[in-house]
Amino acid sequence: MEFKNIGYALLTIFIVLNYGLILQGVVRKIGARVGRRYGIRWYQPYIDIIKNYAKRSTITHGVMFYIAPVFRLTGGIGLLLFMPVIFGSDIFGNFSFAGDLVLVLYFQFFGILGMALGAAESGHPYSAIGVSRGLSQVTSFELPLTLGVIAIAMQYQTLNITEIVAAQQGGFMNWTIITNPFAAIAMLIAFLGAMGRSPFDVVLAPQEIPIGPPTEFQSGLLGVLQLNRAIFPAAKLILFMNLLFGGATNWAELILKTFLIYMWPVFVGTVFPRFRVDQSVRWFLTVPLIIGIIAIILI
Amino acid sequence: MKEDFKKRTVISPEGKPIEIDPLKDYFSDAKPKVYKPAHPIIEKFANWARANSLWVLGFGTGCGAIEMRPLMTPRFDAYRYGIQWRPTPRQASVFVVSGYLSVKTLKRVVRTYEQMQNPKFVIALGSCTINGGMYWDSYNTINRLDHYMPVDVYIAGCMPRPESLLAGFDKLKTIITEGRGEGANTYAEKFDWYKANQKKVIKDWDMPDYNW
Repeated sequence: MEFKNIGYALLTIFIVLNYGLILQGVVRKIGARVGRRYGIRWYQPYIDIIKNYAKRSTITHGVMFYIAPVFRLTGGIGLLLFMPVIFGSDIFGNFSFAGDLVLVLYFQFFGILGMALGAAESGHPYSAIGVSRGLSQVTSFELPLTLGVIAIAMQYQTLNITEIVAAQQGGFMNWTIITNPFAAIAMLIAFLGAMGRSPFDVVLAPQEIPIGPPTEFQSGLLGVLQLNRAIFPAAKLILFMNLLFGGATNWAELILKTFLIYMWPVFVGTVFPRFRVDQSVRWFLTVPLIIGIIAIILI
Repeated sequence: MKEDFKKRTVISPEGKPIEIDPLKDYFSDAKPKVYKPAHPIIEKFANWARANSLWVLGFGTGCGAIEMRPLMTPRFDAYRYGIQWRPTPRQASVFVVSGYLSVKTLKRVVRTYEQMQNPKFVIALGSCTINGGMYWDSYNTINRLDHYMPVDVYIAGCMPRPESLLAGFDKLKTIITEGRGEGANTYAEKFDWYKANQKKVIKDWDMPDYNW
């Protein structure tokens, strides 16, 4: 480990943060145009974050209330830093190591656990409902996701994301989505739940439990959550690109691939209305789970 | 005062008696603080951000709420001006009080306003918030919202059209960028006067003086 790696990691975080914020703005703009609206400005997420940090007063409900957003951000950054962002690059290879696939799976869960502690301390009923919904949904989509990931690990005989990406090089016929379609389908369906867009937005559930777990978070604390809301989806997109779509060897390829992958939950989200939480959990435990088990058996 | 808010002694799971004073234990009773604006250069930048990211908490008290909904639709589309709806007072920065306020509602409005974080702005929608409008001699509504919390922008009309609402938001933006949107500090400075006015009309006062 060399000190320059820290600088490289910060550079990765900076680029991915900006990419995530712009992606957020652009996707909302596209959604607005679909609804025949002009929509927000593409740089609106930046202004929102600046405004939240510029708030003068902050109230707190205790120590965990402060730590929760940090936990959440750690989940996003940890997910990002333990996998290769750009394959074959010294600078953006990050801290990928032999067993990073397992660690990355854990980091998917990490943020919501921290949020559960903090939101519980805020004492708002919607927060408690949101957290219980979030935990049950994450638990249910983890099953097909993990089955798909295990299938991929068995296929390539490794738990290292860099090696998985290396095995997929040389044309799209080598991508996991072609060579192992069942695992890919199970993971892509689980991905819908991971992105938390409709029909699986039972956690934030606008118009029902208005914004769920972060109800009591304000000012800078909300700003940290917003930073995570930019980094976490981008990191998840990069993870799925690495596992299923052959990774990226330069930033242009990364942006193109992750943008197209993002369109999958966005399209599904515009077509389907929200599931109730019991429907969503039950759904993840039927079709995607069976596809995941088929993927394991066929390997 | 309600039963729930009275002082009482309960027995803890360990068998020890605990004194409970709900108004002190469940709420903070600290007075609001005056937050001085930062250095002018920083403040100017912050004000630009505040003006371009108005997170609205709509308090639909009367017919006014009907006029706020069209702003989200393709016809008026307030999102392009950086106006977004936020369901919780903690995160919102603009409080839109739409229409007449009965005394019972005023209590909720005051609590909601106090829960918002410091640079906060109030838009009063409709004639009823200016002088009572068609409810001016009602036994149960307040006439001037200005007596109970600092208002930044009034939008007159019964009811004002969504276009006038957009014009009101535009006016609010000018006020914020010029650095005149200091309603939260005004509320903290004249806290006693506002509280006295509120207590004059709200007879069943069963909440702490300040709900941060």
